[in-house]
Amino acid sequence: MRALLSGSALRDLGRLGLFTAKRLGALLVTVLIGVYLTIVIANMGGKVDELRMVQIRSEVAEQVRADPAFQDLSAEERQRLMERQVQLEVERLRLDEPFFWRSLDYLRQAMLLDLGRAEQMHSDAGSRQVYNIIAERLPATLVLFGTGNLLVFFVSVYAALGLSRRYGSALDRAVIGLAPSSAAPGWFYGIFLILLLAFIAPLFPSGGMVAAPPPESAWAYAASLARHMALPLAAIFISQIFISIYSWRTFFLIHSSEDYVEMARAKGLPERLIERRYILRPSLSPIVTSFLLMLIGLWSGAIILEQVFNWPGLGTLLFEAIGQRDTPVIIGSVVIFAYLLAATVFLLDILYAILDPRVRLDRERS
Amino acid sequence: MSPWREGIARLRRYPSAVAGLAIIAALIATAVYTVIAIPYPQAQELWRGGERWQELPVNAGPVWADRLLGGDAPRTLTASSAAAETVEEAAYDGVRLNRTVLAVDYPYTEFPSEVTLFLEADFEQRRPFVRMRWRTPDGEVIPLGARRVGEQGRVSISQDRGLESRLGRAPQVGLFAEPGPAGTEERPEARPGRYELILETVHFERTSQLAAELVVYGQVHGLLGTDHERRDLAVALLWGTPVALAFGLLAAVGTTVTTLVIAAAGVWYGGWVDALIQRLTEINMILPLLPILVMVGTLYSTSIWLMLGVVVVLGIFSAGIKMYRAMLLPLREAGYIEAARAYGASNPRIILRYMVPRILPVLLPTFVTLIPTYVFLEASLAVLGLGDPVLPTWGKVLHDAQAQSALYHGHYYWVLEPAALLMLTGLGFAMLGFALDRVFNPRLRSV
Repeated sequence: MRALLSGSALRDLGRLGLFTAKRLGALLVTVLIGVYLTIVIANMGGKVDELRMVQIRSEVAEQVRADPAFQDLSAEERQRLMERQVQLEVERLRLDEPFFWRSLDYLRQAMLLDLGRAEQMHSDAGSRQVYNIIAERLPATLVLFGTGNLLVFFVSVYAALGLSRRYGSALDRAVIGLAPSSAAPGWFYGIFLILLLAFIAPLFPSGGMVAAPPPESAWAYAASLARHMALPLAAIFISQIFISIYSWRTFFLIHSSEDYVEMARAKGLPERLIERRYILRPSLSPIVTSFLLMLIGLWSGAIILEQVFNWPGLGTLLFEAIGQRDTPVIIGSVVIFAYLLAATVFLLDILYAILDPRVRLDRERS
Repeated sequence: MSPWREGIARLRRYPSAVAGLAIIAALIATAVYTVIAIPYPQAQELWRGGERWQELPVNAGPVWADRLLGGDAPRTLTASSAAAETVEEAAYDGVRLNRTVLAVDYPYTEFPSEVTLFLEADFEQRRPFVRMRWRTPDGEVIPLGARRVGEQGRVSISQDRGLESRLGRAPQVGLFAEPGPAGTEERPEARPGRYELILETVHFERTSQLAAELVVYGQVHGLLGTDHERRDLAVALLWGTPVALAFGLLAAVGTTVTTLVIAAAGVWYGGWVDALIQRLTEINMILPLLPILVMVGTLYSTSIWLMLGVVVVLGIFSAGIKMYRAMLLPLREAGYIEAARAYGASNPRIILRYMVPRILPVLLPTFVTLIPTYVFLEASLAVLGLGDPVLPTWGKVLHDAQAQSALYHGHYYWVLEPAALLMLTGLGFAMLGFALDRVFNPRLRSV
């Protein structure tokens, strides 16, 4: 009996291992293709190189012309000097190779998370490493969107549970009525908030992350940060909270009208217990999914919200990088996003297997 | 009764659906009116700006908003020499002296924003010479200088530095203020009455002519106000309606229909087709939509149709495929499809005529709520400065307002008008969509 059990457990484990390996492989290919597409788009299929060549030429010409050391060279010598400098720069950026080979090389570096050096941009500390540039902006995005999304998530799940308990009440109907307000994105409410609370009634700053110059003491810094965060945070919250409550409420209602819940009610189990064991437990996997996907969503920030509030986060960074055609920075942020997303999807696959026994059965059948 | 008609009958019982439909109908009516009243080439032409707007004030708010707040901000007043009488005075030896009085009846207590005199001379060789004087209702006469006039002349009276120092305040204030020493009152008020600009022209040719137009720019204009280039915002806000609706509708149709057909094809053919579609969907999940749109906008072109194309292409393999797949899978084995196969229906026929229509009602709410998402996406791109280069849209008005720090300068109408229209569109479609969701989504019907 025991041998049989362990045998089936072993088979299960083997299957799980095979499944995991297959899934990992598929995800890796997915990331590979996604990143390659981004590389091609960010380089305009190689057309950015032509722009770069023009830029290099004009920069070199400017340098040589402005340098007094080269003043007394003849025109011909100066021309040769320029050519040599351009050649050096081209070789440094390896623009003389065909784009296709270089794109494969970019892909290899990106997949190995070797993000390289930025072409134009640098971090505020002066570093040209893409890694440093991104790391410098990351905390700004995380603190704003982390707070915002966690707030929205927990408030909405909690409120939805409460509403689903007494649906049809005035409060419930009010939330349903307000749900369409989420058709507008956060930046849109941001504009209104800036108008109302920064200009008509100047209670909060209209943009930025801390006061300039930044306060010295940690407490004053935190207070200034909180004041600057209030409006963008409110914008995120307003734009998402009602739709979020609405969808969770519907979700809980559908789950609480299942037969087994009715059965539990009929047995006379206490409401709290029903909620925990009969409603929340089976709906755990969608909740975890949306929680993890929300955490991933944090990473990319929100370009426009950050622009509207002048927030120095990743969205602003990406926008600047695209404007300056700084491909290493663009590719760097997309690569990290892709990896995080793939890791989350993988984690979700495993979590589903643990949380939801039906998923395991399904796989065995297929 | 068919499910559609039954659904529509049920829809009438939702007040939000009726309100949403009313908003959408109003927007569509506005769009149709706009396209007929201001044809596309004319709208582009108008929005390019330039001379045609020179008689409108800069950054003027809407009239009704000012009156609602109890203001008495002036509208723009003009006086043209064509309507005024020209008196020819003593003429000698090929030289003529003309005297024209351009009069405006100024009824407001607030000051105009600018005063400009447009001159247009018609002469052969010798340019006419004009002397300008300003007469207030009290009879006080203020000289405004003299000049020779070319074919087209423009005298910015309100920007005359010399006049400003003589009056002790900005000319458009000084010329209209109550008489008395400058700076004594806290907030000077304009004196209503008849103001006259007296033009004395010396013509050196027998046939030379001078046409003059005095424009006293107001602080408010029309229903919707003007922007920093004097353009009437009505053009952009009106034209924004068909553009927004078309973009939202086309993008929503493009993405949902292709996604649905592809999902149905994947379910029907199964095997490697299905697997490929699943993998493509996963790849698409990794590609961030907005950064790619921004990249396309900065690197290629910001044409709205290119953006639409990219949105649709990236939306084809969206996460919706997984949802539709789950809905379509049980249909595969349904009896009526078996029957269709038995009579020899082709694969495309089964997909398009039997599978897709079956889940359309469930799709309708998603589709309706998707429209405002794309309307806002277009606005988002425009706010980032990636709006269509020639078309006026709501997003571009917002972008201009942001770029000119409209909120900081107190031009609230400039932000609020496009924002209100965007919000209206969003609410209209969302309210209808939510109601549709409850009508057509059987899982929600009992809830």
